[in-house]
Amino acid sequence: MPLLEVRNLRVEFPTRRGILTAVDDVSFSIDEGEVLGVVGESGAGKSITGTAIIRLIEPPGRIAGGEVLLSGRRIDNLAAEDMRHVRGKQIGAIFQDPLTTLNPLYSIGRQLAETMQAHLGLSDRDARARAIKWLEDVGIPGAAQRIDAYPHQFSGGMRQRVVIALALCAEPKLVIADEPTTALDVSIQAQVIALLKRLCREHGTSIMLVTHDMGVIAETADRVAVMYAGRIAEIGPVRDVVKGARHPYTEGLMGSIPSLAHKVERLRQIDGSMPRLTDIPRGCAFNPRCTKVFDRCLIERPDLMATDGASRAACWLYAGPKEARDAA
Amino acid sequence: MPLDAPHSSSAATTRPLLEVDDLARDFDVSKPLLFRLLQGEKKRILKAVAGVSFAIPKGTTLSLVGESGCGKTTVARLVVGLYAPTRGSIRIDGTDMATLTSRAAQAPVRRRMQMIFQDPYASLNPRWRVGDIIAEPIRAFGLLNDARAIADRVGELLTQVGLSPKDRTKFPHEFSGGQRQRISIARALSSNPEFLVCDEPTSALDVSVQAQILNLMKDLQQRLGLTYLFISHNLAVVRHMSDRIGVMYLGKIVELAPGETLFATPKHPYTRLLLEAIPDLDMTGRARTPVGGEVPSPISPPSGCAFHPRCPFANDRCKAEAPKLVTRGPAQVACHAVEEGRIAA
Repeated sequence: MPLLEVRNLRVEFPTRRGILTAVDDVSFSIDEGEVLGVVGESGAGKSITGTAIIRLIEPPGRIAGGEVLLSGRRIDNLAAEDMRHVRGKQIGAIFQDPLTTLNPLYSIGRQLAETMQAHLGLSDRDARARAIKWLEDVGIPGAAQRIDAYPHQFSGGMRQRVVIALALCAEPKLVIADEPTTALDVSIQAQVIALLKRLCREHGTSIMLVTHDMGVIAETADRVAVMYAGRIAEIGPVRDVVKGARHPYTEGLMGSIPSLAHKVERLRQIDGSMPRLTDIPRGCAFNPRCTKVFDRCLIERPDLMATDGASRAACWLYAGPKEARDAA
Repeated sequence: MPLDAPHSSSAATTRPLLEVDDLARDFDVSKPLLFRLLQGEKKRILKAVAGVSFAIPKGTTLSLVGESGCGKTTVARLVVGLYAPTRGSIRIDGTDMATLTSRAAQAPVRRRMQMIFQDPYASLNPRWRVGDIIAEPIRAFGLLNDARAIADRVGELLTQVGLSPKDRTKFPHEFSGGQRQRISIARALSSNPEFLVCDEPTSALDVSVQAQILNLMKDLQQRLGLTYLFISHNLAVVRHMSDRIGVMYLGKIVELAPGETLFATPKHPYTRLLLEAIPDLDMTGRARTPVGGEVPSPISPPSGCAFHPRCPFANDRCKAEAPKLVTRGPAQVACHAVEEGRIAA
């Protein structure tokens, strides 16, 4: 049984101009100890998917359909109070900007201790000792002295380490990390990613890693889901998706990333840009930008289907009869 | 000068378009005078750029790369004249900018260089129509006077950057981020410049759009023979765009080398750290040696070589004496360890 299972998730935002569907019929699962990368460009719905799972979507946004199961138990229909116990205890969260995650008025020690007391029922003294231990674990020098410091006294990289400690201190089974390193410089990013990977491996924690940086995914994730316009375009083992993408969007995306290893004269580019949620094209949302588009793409919307590779893609190129593939 | 030795052959035939010598810029970040007197504090000076020298031959791209706070954007702003240098000289095609004191005297040189900014949402006036935004440099430099001729030129520029001449009547908010950056490029090209300073032109864009803009910039460079000073924190983008690359750390260039050389044989320990740290699609499975520490504050930089607290090769000399850029084959490196042969070059 997978640790997290998302079935046909749908998130809507009612606006004056009608209902926008930010996440449309998304299904995936994460196994115990697995790292699932969720990648996509801005507006693809990757962050909304993460926030929907922990039910932190800002109203008027709402989950309009689908189920979220944690260890086989539905959590999308829990009462708000019960959901508070799931968040933190069973699912930890790490967001992009550590300054907005941490409370500026509480010392970091108090924030850590409070989290552990709420979820693990520790005494004051035990919680403080554990907090120091966690700060040491995430590599904060002089943890015993700095435990009473406030967030503004830390640098960006150190703050993100504190946020990681905060997300993991109640020993959740799953961590949702939304662009955890985007605000950091590359040398700090490498440290933070290595830290997150090590801690989750030690504790057997699964990670849902949401980011726009394919390089981070390639080095960190076991499997990857590529999102486009609110839907999963392709999902599969990370190596297969990076090296042998099946969906034309993934293929274009990989080609458009400049590589460190070899220089090319021109980058492969995908013309146009992602459609706005207000005017998602009929059929496959990618069809106006796709180089392999054919009749069926304009009319019918593809769901994820098996391909000739290890990944599954939402693309009619892989639908049944071989003629369709040859025609394209 | 030994520094220029590798280029002396090309320098003899074509003068570099931009020459920067010992450029420095300080910022006063002190508290107000009264606070200083009451609290007995001294003035605090932030040395954003602490003496950098480089040259860019015509038609080529030099990139400056580094982490936040290394001074790369300040260099860009100094070069186009948005800041006045504290020390050092900037020569554009042989003309020292410091000798041109009046705006009128600067105008002919200014026309030849333009800047593209990072944020296409902040760099276009939301109340102006695209046509007026692009025509502004044409009008400011008095290049064309006839309204009809200006409109034709604007249409031509829009076509050149992949937009439609009809877009001139629209407002910036009607465009996506990538299209806005195309408008910025069209505006930069409207005064027929030879030299473009690009400050993180694709950092605010998604990767597929970034590829479009990078391809466009390369095409324009080939077609119009442009010279670029390209500022970025993204080494992969820098590699794709540049002929030569300067790696900056705390206001100084620590390594300056042709792109191929820098990536094949990085010499400075900081360059190695950067290359090591970047997650790459190729997932070579290389064993990482993560380097700890963070960029120190430029208000109180470490003594000697600014990188020594994080450097695995640092010794007493590195703590005391700041290294100078020394030529090593096609590259220039500022590192005692490389100079002394303590690390394999």
